[in-house]
Amino acid sequence: MDAMPAKRTRQRRRIPVALLVPAMAGLAFLILPLAGLLIRTPWAQLPSRLAEPAMLEALRLSLVTSTAATALSLVFGVPIAWLLARGDFPGRSLIRALVTVPLVLPPVVGGVALLLVFGRGGLVGAWLHERFDITIPFTTTAVVLAMTFVSMPFLIVSVEGSLRGADARFEEAAATLGAGRWTVFTHVTLPMIAPGVLAGAVLCWARALGEFGATITFAGNFPGRTQTMPLAVYLALQTDLEAAIVLSLILLAVSVIVLASLRDRWTAAP
Amino acid sequence: MRAKAFLTAAAVLALAPLAACGDGGDDTSSGEAPTTLTVFAAASLTEAFTEIGEQFEAEHDGVTVEFNFAASSDLAAQITEGAPADVFASADEKNMDKVVEAGAAEDPQTFALNQLVIAVPEGNPDGVTGLADLAGLDFAACAPEVPCGTAAQTSIDTAALDLTPVTYEADVKSTLQKLVLGEVDAALVYRTDAIAAEGDVDAVEYPESSSAQNTYPITALAEAPNSDLAIEFAKFVLGDQAQAVLEAAGFQDPQAQ
Repeated sequence: MDAMPAKRTRQRRRIPVALLVPAMAGLAFLILPLAGLLIRTPWAQLPSRLAEPAMLEALRLSLVTSTAATALSLVFGVPIAWLLARGDFPGRSLIRALVTVPLVLPPVVGGVALLLVFGRGGLVGAWLHERFDITIPFTTTAVVLAMTFVSMPFLIVSVEGSLRGADARFEEAAATLGAGRWTVFTHVTLPMIAPGVLAGAVLCWARALGEFGATITFAGNFPGRTQTMPLAVYLALQTDLEAAIVLSLILLAVSVIVLASLRDRWTAAP
Repeated sequence: MRAKAFLTAAAVLALAPLAACGDGGDDTSSGEAPTTLTVFAAASLTEAFTEIGEQFEAEHDGVTVEFNFAASSDLAAQITEGAPADVFASADEKNMDKVVEAGAAEDPQTFALNQLVIAVPEGNPDGVTGLADLAGLDFAACAPEVPCGTAAQTSIDTAALDLTPVTYEADVKSTLQKLVLGEVDAALVYRTDAIAAEGDVDAVEYPESSSAQNTYPITALAEAPNSDLAIEFAKFVLGDQAQAVLEAAGFQDPQAQ
């Protein structure tokens, strides 16, 4: 959409009022809370906050873990989306519904659920603990798992949508010409759905970056190890509202910069 | 462009619960217009205040007491940002002071004291008898930003021990939850929280905790929608009937000190 030439937008000046009014109201609703934050921002505090090692540590941890969670979501989520869109097996709609469970589940409950599975006494965690002396809660790994749990559905839903929208006849043609199923997937399907995968990855990354509930429940809060930016913001909120606002703005600014620079790269691509 | 459609759907989904919340408070239109008293109380008061609320309702016809239980600091922020509350009961003086300084209340009264214990799994499998035994164990404590975390740090400092928890939880209930779920061997929580979880955990008293006693002040708020009733509720909490409930929950009577 962004690539639409200026000339064409000028020709289509008349936007239906029925679309314009709700669009404007919706935009105001989405943007006003941000404006509220900006009004209350103590700008003078910004430089000193930016230099705080604890803040930088939380920011670094946030970026590393949310990127790792996005990578995990791509590795596991794209195949799941393919199964849901192209696979033909009984119970597919049930599985599709189950995949969206983390979207509906309050993240804090998701965190408890993760503890019940991967915790010291959990279904898998107890075995890991006894067999290999591995404990997952309160580690950076736990942060990545919590983020992946809540954000992978965004990627799956987005990629599945793209797969359903993609013309399967190209895949059939490639197969007729002798390409194996894996070659068809990597050379025909993936390029066709690349925009959907990227959109899904962005949604997934953004959701992971803002993740709070499942992280604090499953990974706990320990500076440098599991304290991501949203957790740091929440705890700053306990003592100092303005510090919390500054921290959130830093997180917002970093995410906007990352997403905007990625977007430029994609739209520049053919 | 499926992604666009999905985004729209996601936005609608995200808004739906908010809309549902908005309807909750307005059901006062029918019949005798019952009064709803909104009490913002520290999370550690959950059990005791729920019971005190019922007692108060029993004595006041047509009055419903609604609670917002959360970390005192969250509540103080909500109140100073204009949340429509009648009464504020804080788990520490610091957050009450914030509300008073903001002009949202005056003259808070101390109605209870609370102190930390070491909560351990039922039967105390690690044989914990004091703070020093926490060395080498995985234990949870509150973050220093919240009152129970300040108290935990003070008591550890008083004992002159070098102890670091595996996690600094955002509030006392999540600290206890980590123990109940078996993820830690011990947790520094208020005596009241340990008593509330009786059956799952045992409470080990330790002397250093008295160095970090928490004072619970209560006040009717200046902007209270039901001002008279708010003052009455604050008085009720200081009365014998409510004090008995608080004591059973593990709080100490400030007058007894």
